[in-house]
Amino acid sequence: MHETTERTHAAPGGMATDVAMLRVTAKTRVAAGVVTVQLAAPDGGRLPDWTPGAHVDLTFGNGLTRQYSLCGDRWDAGTYRVGVLLEPAGRGGSSYVHEQLEPGHLVGIGGPRNNFPLVPADAYLFIAGGIGITPLLPMIAQAQLLGADWRLLYGGRQRSSMAFLDELAGYGERVQVAPQDEVGLLDLPTFLGRPRAGVRVYCCGPAPLLAAAEATCADWPPHSLRTERFVAAEQGAPALSTPFEVELRRSGRRVTVTPDVSVLQAVAGAGVDVLSSCRQGTCGTCETAVLDGRPDHRDSLLDDDERAAGDCMYICVSRSCTERLVLDL
Amino acid sequence: MTTTAPTAIGLPVSDADPFSHEVLEDPTPFHAQLRDAGPVVYLDRYDVYAFGRHEQVHAALVDWQQFQSAAGVGLSNFRYEKPWRPPSLVLEADPPRHDAPRRVLTKVLGPRALRRLHEQWVADAEVLVDQVLAAGAEFDAVPALAEAFPLRVFPDAVGLPAQGRENLLPYGDHAFNAFGPPNDLVARGNPRVAELSAWVGAQCAREVLAPQGFGADIWAAADRGDITHEQAPLVVRSLLTAGVDTTVHGLSAVLYAVATNPDQWRRLRAQPELARVAFDEAVRWESPVQTFFRTATTDVAVAGHVVPEGKKILMFLASANRDPRRWADPDAFDLGRDPSGHVGFGMGIHQCVGQHVARLEAEALLTALARRVATIEPAGPTKRHHNNTLRAWESIPVRMLPA
Repeated sequence: MHETTERTHAAPGGMATDVAMLRVTAKTRVAAGVVTVQLAAPDGGRLPDWTPGAHVDLTFGNGLTRQYSLCGDRWDAGTYRVGVLLEPAGRGGSSYVHEQLEPGHLVGIGGPRNNFPLVPADAYLFIAGGIGITPLLPMIAQAQLLGADWRLLYGGRQRSSMAFLDELAGYGERVQVAPQDEVGLLDLPTFLGRPRAGVRVYCCGPAPLLAAAEATCADWPPHSLRTERFVAAEQGAPALSTPFEVELRRSGRRVTVTPDVSVLQAVAGAGVDVLSSCRQGTCGTCETAVLDGRPDHRDSLLDDDERAAGDCMYICVSRSCTERLVLDL
Repeated sequence: MTTTAPTAIGLPVSDADPFSHEVLEDPTPFHAQLRDAGPVVYLDRYDVYAFGRHEQVHAALVDWQQFQSAAGVGLSNFRYEKPWRPPSLVLEADPPRHDAPRRVLTKVLGPRALRRLHEQWVADAEVLVDQVLAAGAEFDAVPALAEAFPLRVFPDAVGLPAQGRENLLPYGDHAFNAFGPPNDLVARGNPRVAELSAWVGAQCAREVLAPQGFGADIWAAADRGDITHEQAPLVVRSLLTAGVDTTVHGLSAVLYAVATNPDQWRRLRAQPELARVAFDEAVRWESPVQTFFRTATTDVAVAGHVVPEGKKILMFLASANRDPRRWADPDAFDLGRDPSGHVGFGMGIHQCVGQHVARLEAEALLTALARRVATIEPAGPTKRHHNNTLRAWESIPVRMLPA
């Protein structure tokens, strides 16, 4: 297993001293094999804002980092909620959440980021497969709030494994629940109907469902279909929860960043002022060019390609995957 | 300001008019009185709740749930009054409607998107400064630099046609006056509202905008479905309303600051990499955008008081930026200070989406000046320009001696 290798990178005693940490405030079983985890800032303060479709990166005490869609209520500024499916064949993130994570524990946080935003439209067709319901839940709440015409087709292996049916029941006939053991595979052509403009189709679920949605929407106007697929983000190295060194090339200084301070704080401590503003990774003011090393991006701004480029980082929240980072400061 | 005895619930009441010419000429004493009167002060003249301290202003700015923008960010309450123009899709919107237009602008005006402009703007600043210095050592820094530079680079970056750009400043000036009460400043702008609005509206059309630029980027986002085609013109309009006057007054602020603080100019010359810090410190110190309003979405508890649902809140950004509870020696313009955390660009989901554009303009201009100018000094009496929202200069005569 990969677990052994990954564990060797974890700090002794987990990540309890890191700066960007949230506390687990509740863990609830909501369906067979699905729990929701509620998170809050240790000081109970506001969490960074998010929009439906957003996800966060959570880093657990065993050193694993996993992405989860936010499925709570954005009007509650102090709480995040994620839903986690137990995947016995997975690489250890979900089993850790199900078996070891408990209220009171701290987890590392990155983001929120949104690669799956809800765009304005007159009508929405939502398609969820299994745990893929999570990013769609806040989208549905929003579509309802806006008075948009919307419908949801929600499939799962069997009814007992399908989370949030109670929350969805209130929407009445807009929601079609389709457990596979009762009705078979999702009938996308019937649900989607004929291609038309002004409708956005949102689909989240396992790869075969996304492929089926893409095939069924082939004749729809461009950009009608939006999908999200959680590929396990394979970082070259796991994020460091131990001290790392930052070299400030222009000023010729070096500074060690310990887990209890941000890079921004450490750099300021070394006498180099970098302008910042939000200190949440959302405004972009503290953008800093990276000359060497691999940043551990925790901001809400960079998309996947920009992250992969690795040429800049937001030092108010982002950290390092390598033991040395060289910054253009 | 006259602050009467606290009411039954202990809320200080003031009859002051923050939009009077006396306060607009020099708001600093009024801001100090406001902060000292309490964390919340009721302004009975306008039936609004004023926040003058950094803590409450910052908290209100980030709390979009309880302090909404869709009822207008000026005195006018859109729940009861018709806006003078179709409301902005970003400034005067709440989630969820705010999300998509904001996301598009964040990308179009983001630091990564601006990289392609950096070299050009630095070169433009050098050309402008050379031209100005060649014409003589004494000049008015407001038209010659603070207005000239943004008008030289920003409309091009948006993709506006050359004709009619002189309308940008008067339109912005009126839009920012209109956030205040319907006073003489608004009356003075009213005769041209229809004409200027028509011109601005016409520039937002796809066929009028250049094929490359912020405007075209916004239309491309509409083609991808990130916003609707109906939204695109109003999103472009936000650039034209908020992108010029604010930057002009921000540049005026930093030019006045270095002209009146020669030690800080020497420091900037010695360390030109402080250009961005200098600009943000000037934005903190002068707060080109002085105030914005919010509306309470519920009865909101603030520092032991209650702001009732539906009431307007007047946030004094300028006062928060000089609150001695937050800043040491707040009235000093000091490049040794870390101005991070000032609320001159706002904070939270409505924080100035063009702040990186403003910083790039300032960095380009200040760096060009620092390379060429040894000393900057006042060369005559300055004159303020009054606006209900903006802290502005009409004239800053300076003498710049070449290095």
